Amino acid sequence: MLIRRPDDIRSSEITPYRVYMNRRHFIGRSAKAAAAAALVPGLLSACVEPEKMEARPAPGTRDAQAASGRSAPQEKKWEDVRSELDESLTPYADVTGYNNFYEFGTGKEDPARNAHTLVTRPWTVEVDGEVARPAAYDLDDLLAPHSAEDRVYRLRCVEAWSMVIPWTGVPLGDVIRRLEPTSKARFVEFTTLEDPEQMPGQRRRVLDWPYVEGLRLDEAMNPLTLLATGVYGSDLPNQNGAPLRLVVPWKYGFKSIKSIVKMRFVEEMPATSWAVSAPREYGFYANVNPDVDHPRWSQGRERRLGEFRRRPTLAFNGYGEQVADLYTGLDLRRWY
Amino acid sequence: MSATPARRRRMVVKVVLWIVCLVPALSLGVAAVTDGLGANPIEEITHRTGWWALFLLTATLSITPLRRLAGKPGWVRYRRLVGLFAFFYATLHFLTYLVLDQFFGWSYIVEDIVERPFITVGFAAWLILLALAVTSTTGWIRRLQKNWVRLHRLVYVAAPAGGVHFLWKVKADAREPLVFLAVIIALLLVRAWAPWKRRASQAG
Repeated sequence: MLIRRPDDIRSSEITPYRVYMNRRHFIGRSAKAAAAAALVPGLLSACVEPEKMEARPAPGTRDAQAASGRSAPQEKKWEDVRSELDESLTPYADVTGYNNFYEFGTGKEDPARNAHTLVTRPWTVEVDGEVARPAAYDLDDLLAPHSAEDRVYRLRCVEAWSMVIPWTGVPLGDVIRRLEPTSKARFVEFTTLEDPEQMPGQRRRVLDWPYVEGLRLDEAMNPLTLLATGVYGSDLPNQNGAPLRLVVPWKYGFKSIKSIVKMRFVEEMPATSWAVSAPREYGFYANVNPDVDHPRWSQGRERRLGEFRRRPTLAFNGYGEQVADLYTGLDLRRWY
Repeated sequence: MSATPARRRRMVVKVVLWIVCLVPALSLGVAAVTDGLGANPIEEITHRTGWWALFLLTATLSITPLRRLAGKPGWVRYRRLVGLFAFFYATLHFLTYLVLDQFFGWSYIVEDIVERPFITVGFAAWLILLALAVTSTTGWIRRLQKNWVRLHRLVYVAAPAGGVHFLWKVKADAREPLVFLAVIIALLLVRAWAPWKRRASQAG
């Protein structure tokens, strides 16, 4: 695998907004299949380090964002965050306009179009199962004792495309510690809202609603795992899984369950929605792994949105340093 | 050449068909250069060109049943035009995959064709359409005679193969590919049961 230095166009001077502008140029060029050399991505070997920035960013340019769906995010702030990484942030318009959220339709642009019917406050999160005090929490009460952090993570979809997204949220491990799971708890199971009135996509049984996902307890406690409430410095738009979603960056995106209403601590491995829907294609672990193909397509390479050439997929989505030893001894070909 | 009313009408129909068949490609081109293809333009181009290829292939298959139903045998003269446009979009679809998606990564492409059934089936469908496009001229009809009809029956393989290619690609929402397949299968069944099949001396 070639390891190249990032070329000039992808240096840290490029703001997310310019990436957005570059995308228009690349589309024109790709129509002639012209030299994509300038857009060939620098290949990374380094993992993305989580950025810890305590203060919640001021929602200063939020009005500008609201005014036009495709407007640039807060350039100044995200420039600083970005310069730590070697990979460009995916433009806000794409992060919020290209989504798999079948509760609002199976097209990529359906959630942005249809998710306005979701009511995100008041929002209750039920916590039960093998836990000290099962209770139904108001979302704000659940998260109030914790401080929000900003994390820039890669998100790799099982469909072989990916983004780089600046999330805001609370480490799941912090929340779990406070909830005090009992010694019997080995997994955490998450459930999405089920309400066909608010979520028109649920009127078709494309999947067995409600959407269920889960993590092994040590995966949940890993410092990377985030309970996200915001993106690009503002509250999550509905189509991104408002008001509360999971982000597990070393796994395929379908593990990062959206619009969570329930957290249950259990002894048995949860039956997760995609594994139920197509067990030969989707497993519980779903670790990003270029060596284990999906039965119908290769997982060796991915399309980073905004780039012309596909890039090699990294084991654990590049987070191997932080998570690989969760899986020592596990046959990842069998436990996909 | 005398421009009889019938001839002029046929010219107009052909021009209209040309325009109608080109509109999807033109609109795709406009969307491409005006950033109207969303966050994953290559995927969008691949999807749209494939969809129109399948749609036009289905339309081609519907010409014979429709012309019998309407009592307009002359409509067969438009079948080649629509069929060639199906091949045009299928080729754009294939080229998008080859050039924009894989960027001439031949080892990846070969691996895909050999190891991914949905791509195997899609590539086979395109190869058939290539053979049909090449032999679509009157010169070839003359050269192949009876075998021309036999060769062009391969469209009955290409169309379902295209539908299956679409069906095997989608992740969970099989609604669109199933609709295509239902229509294609219906169009094939209509031919199987049609009473006019007995007058087999007519060239296709």
